[in-house]
Amino acid sequence: MSSDLETAANPAGLERVVIEPVSRVEGHGKVSILLDSDDHVQQVRLHIVEFRGFEKFIQGRPYWEIPVMVQRLCGICPVSHHLAAAKALDQVVGAERLTPTADKIRRLMHYGQILQSHALHFFHLSSPDLLFGFDSDLARRNIVGVAAEHPEIARQGVLLRRFGQEVIRVTAGKRVHGTGAIPGGVNKPVAVKDRDELLRDVYQVVAWCRSAVQLARRLHLSNVGLYNSFGAFRSNLMSLVAPDGGMDLYHGALRARDSSGAIVFDKVDYSRYWEHLTEEVKPWSYMKFPYIRALGAEQGWYKVGPLARVQNCDHIPTPFADAERREFVDFGGGQPVHATLAYHWARMIEMLFAAESIKDLLHDDDILGDDLVTAGQRRERGVGVIEAPRGTLIHHYRVNEDDQVVRANLIVSTTHNNQAMNEAIRHVAKRYLDGRKLTEGLLNHVEVAIRAFDPCLSCATHALGRMPLHLELFDAEGQCIDTLVKSSHERCP
Amino acid sequence: MSDPAKPKVRVATTSLAGCFGCHMSFLDIDERLFELLELIEFDRTPLTDIKHCGPCDVGLIEGGICNAENVHVLHEFRKNCKILVAVGACAVNGGLPAQRNHLDLGDCLQEVYVTEPSLAKGCIPNDPELPLPLDKVHPLHEVVKIDYFLPGCPPPADAIWKFLTDLLAGHTPHLGHGLIHYD
Repeated sequence: MSSDLETAANPAGLERVVIEPVSRVEGHGKVSILLDSDDHVQQVRLHIVEFRGFEKFIQGRPYWEIPVMVQRLCGICPVSHHLAAAKALDQVVGAERLTPTADKIRRLMHYGQILQSHALHFFHLSSPDLLFGFDSDLARRNIVGVAAEHPEIARQGVLLRRFGQEVIRVTAGKRVHGTGAIPGGVNKPVAVKDRDELLRDVYQVVAWCRSAVQLARRLHLSNVGLYNSFGAFRSNLMSLVAPDGGMDLYHGALRARDSSGAIVFDKVDYSRYWEHLTEEVKPWSYMKFPYIRALGAEQGWYKVGPLARVQNCDHIPTPFADAERREFVDFGGGQPVHATLAYHWARMIEMLFAAESIKDLLHDDDILGDDLVTAGQRRERGVGVIEAPRGTLIHHYRVNEDDQVVRANLIVSTTHNNQAMNEAIRHVAKRYLDGRKLTEGLLNHVEVAIRAFDPCLSCATHALGRMPLHLELFDAEGQCIDTLVKSSHERCP
Repeated sequence: MSDPAKPKVRVATTSLAGCFGCHMSFLDIDERLFELLELIEFDRTPLTDIKHCGPCDVGLIEGGICNAENVHVLHEFRKNCKILVAVGACAVNGGLPAQRNHLDLGDCLQEVYVTEPSLAKGCIPNDPELPLPLDKVHPLHEVVKIDYFLPGCPPPADAIWKFLTDLLAGHTPHLGHGLIHYD
């Protein structure tokens, strides 16, 4: 199923092109491309270049510190790590079933997180490519350019993100790196005043989310040839699904489908995820490569995130989002949609689902309750899985009798998409870079494919950094024949 | 608020060994962002496709220093920015990533990439495309001169707003009660 561009048969003497860093994504990624003497693409790799090692340094810490420590993996989706860790530690403290108040407050927090992260990704990071064109003017291709030319779109993006962040603040105490979830429950109820303020705005937010789905859909359908083919490839799909088959981003069982939509596994209890999923390491990236054990490394890799989730579930339990989901599925005409750029459309459907879910939870008086924490038989091991904005997130801990964490394994959302992102850029490089003279606009095509996955490279590497984009084209003798620096200084001689 | 005759203040931002949370807190100024854009323009930031920091008035850096590339980028910012600001716990003192400073880096890599039991195939990544990790994580001021320190994990949006608007008005930034906290 994977393409043959991962490793060139004979890399010696090939021209090397490097894109660094990938911009308008979170975290630090780098793409290297090897070309033969006819400029044909021979090798393409997305490298994750930094290492942080959270799994190691949280060992020895008391378990109740973990939800606030591990959220520092990522400032964009801290709630995902906060909740995945809390869910794992629920098992450690023996909290079989949370109180209704705790469960609903955590869900509210999580859907606030989905809303703000999806808004950030679509409006602040990706919309410039989609509204202006992949090779449009670099100076305008950003949120400032969107604010100048489409002020209402930019304003709605900023205000949608604000609302999601406010939901997080109300449930976690702070917009970034709060403290709401604790092993066995939550540490405070929602205040009536806060609930009322959110209720005042939520209907407008749902309306704006409906418009956002229409915008993403219109962009896709208005250039359907490009959007369907750009970086498209077939793969398995995986996500959590609720017991009734509905979309649930907070809790459920694992389901995977193959590229034609047939079930690979279903109703899998995630606390034994390793029986179905495993990972391998490649020497050229700090990000691991997971795959479905039964299918093997070659056939078993998969996509996670909005495109997988919207098609993996049988229905969405909120009416507006489900209507949009049906339209999306109809667009596929009986086959799963594998278009990389369809991630944006699917992401906006999920944002609408998050907004509707927030509205429903705000109308549920359980969130005002004071029965916050539960506990039971203490256990040694806990696994927490959640659907983070970018996909399935797995946290796994072992805790000793002195309450110290002795082992941790984290498989973050973006890591699941590692092979998929590599495939996408290999397709794009083959289609758009093969045999052509390099321009900034062409290079941005590679980045557009990566951005569609909304990668959170800081999660994946547990570290961040950025470097200038600097491309050098060497001929077979090692002479530099072309240099391109993507910066305000434009082209170097 | 904007004066077309007055050139905009040029601002660059980057995240080194951080989590982007400080950038998120910056965006948490919400619609005040549009007000700010009347007064400033962005150079290199995670929001633009400008990949090299050019001459700037203000540089905001989130995250500490964990590998050789971070050092390179930090020097590039220091060279180009008149005022360089360490934003957030990691930039100010290394933050959570510096928790690995008491561990051996080789042991960390071994455990995550080789001995982790759920791995089918392990090895320590060592491709020449990967930059050299440092054995310790360092705060920014151990490497270059820093003009201002904004504490917090992350600093609150109102602190970032107050800091920038003071600076834009030509005042020495002053953060009053409630705007400085360390969590």
